[in-house]
Amino acid sequence: MLLITCPWCGPRDEAEYHYGGQAHVPYPGNTADLTDEEWAAYVFYRDNPKGPFAERWMHGTGCRRWFNVLRDTTTYEVLAAYRLDEPRPALPQAGGNR
Amino acid sequence: MAEPTIDAGAGPVALRTSPLAHLEARMRAAAVTGARGVRLAEWPFITMVNLRVAPDSEAADRIEKTLGAPLPRQCGQTAVSGSHTLLWLGPDEWLVVSPAGGTSVAAELREALAGDPGSAVDVSANRTTLELSGAAARQVLEKGCPLDLHPRAFGPGRAVSTTVGPVAVLLWQVDEAPTYRLFPRSSFADYLARWLIDAMSEYRAPALP
Repeated sequence: MLLITCPWCGPRDEAEYHYGGQAHVPYPGNTADLTDEEWAAYVFYRDNPKGPFAERWMHGTGCRRWFNVLRDTTTYEVLAAYRLDEPRPALPQAGGNR
Repeated sequence: MAEPTIDAGAGPVALRTSPLAHLEARMRAAAVTGARGVRLAEWPFITMVNLRVAPDSEAADRIEKTLGAPLPRQCGQTAVSGSHTLLWLGPDEWLVVSPAGGTSVAAELREALAGDPGSAVDVSANRTTLELSGAAARQVLEKGCPLDLHPRAFGPGRAVSTTVGPVAVLLWQVDEAPTYRLFPRSSFADYLARWLIDAMSEYRAPALP
């Protein structure tokens, strides 16, 4: 079970949250000019890194707000949680003393 | 745009049935007395108004004047003003809880909003209220609530949205007894009441060493 710190409610069980996929995927500005390949890349293609990954979460049984989480996909360690209007934090010393 | 409003005062109020009316006798029979006492009861038809407004706006100032209390700004905080209690739901969302029959709250809040961005909607029928009290009340809740309810972390005047068993509730501790009020959605109230009755049953017997 992950322990995720909601920016508004504090640390809560993973079961209180809803997962929302990769964060920081900007909506294309020139939608009229996009080719099918570019649309597909925007709609379907997501990063699948090994290591720190920025993703969206929603605190469903709490404040019902979306926010972003930096999570290590190898260790499942939650590295940071930040609001949507905050920039992605510079990576803290990931993984402790690894 | 004006939303449709229901004038509860003029409606057939006497005909309404609370979500847990059919379990009233079972909840009363499940009460435990003594050192490990715990009681469960429904408080039906409490007036609840969902309030949304930007916390740093002038409209929020006007609403605080109307309510006579500052809006809580942090998770878990509540504020009391007369018969109203303000519970924090989100950074720009509150629940104003008033005794049954306080049908003018939503209208007063809407007047205070004065067309600014925000909303004040009567959601009394959305949730019902369960009151769980007695010396063993915290132990009953701890069987299914992931939050730390120990007095070092939680106490009277705190209210948070969480889960009890699988049911999402707004959990509010009223006093030191301890007395808790749980606000589940009406459609989950039957399940939650039966879950609590089951969880209470072991406190009839003396504590095992």
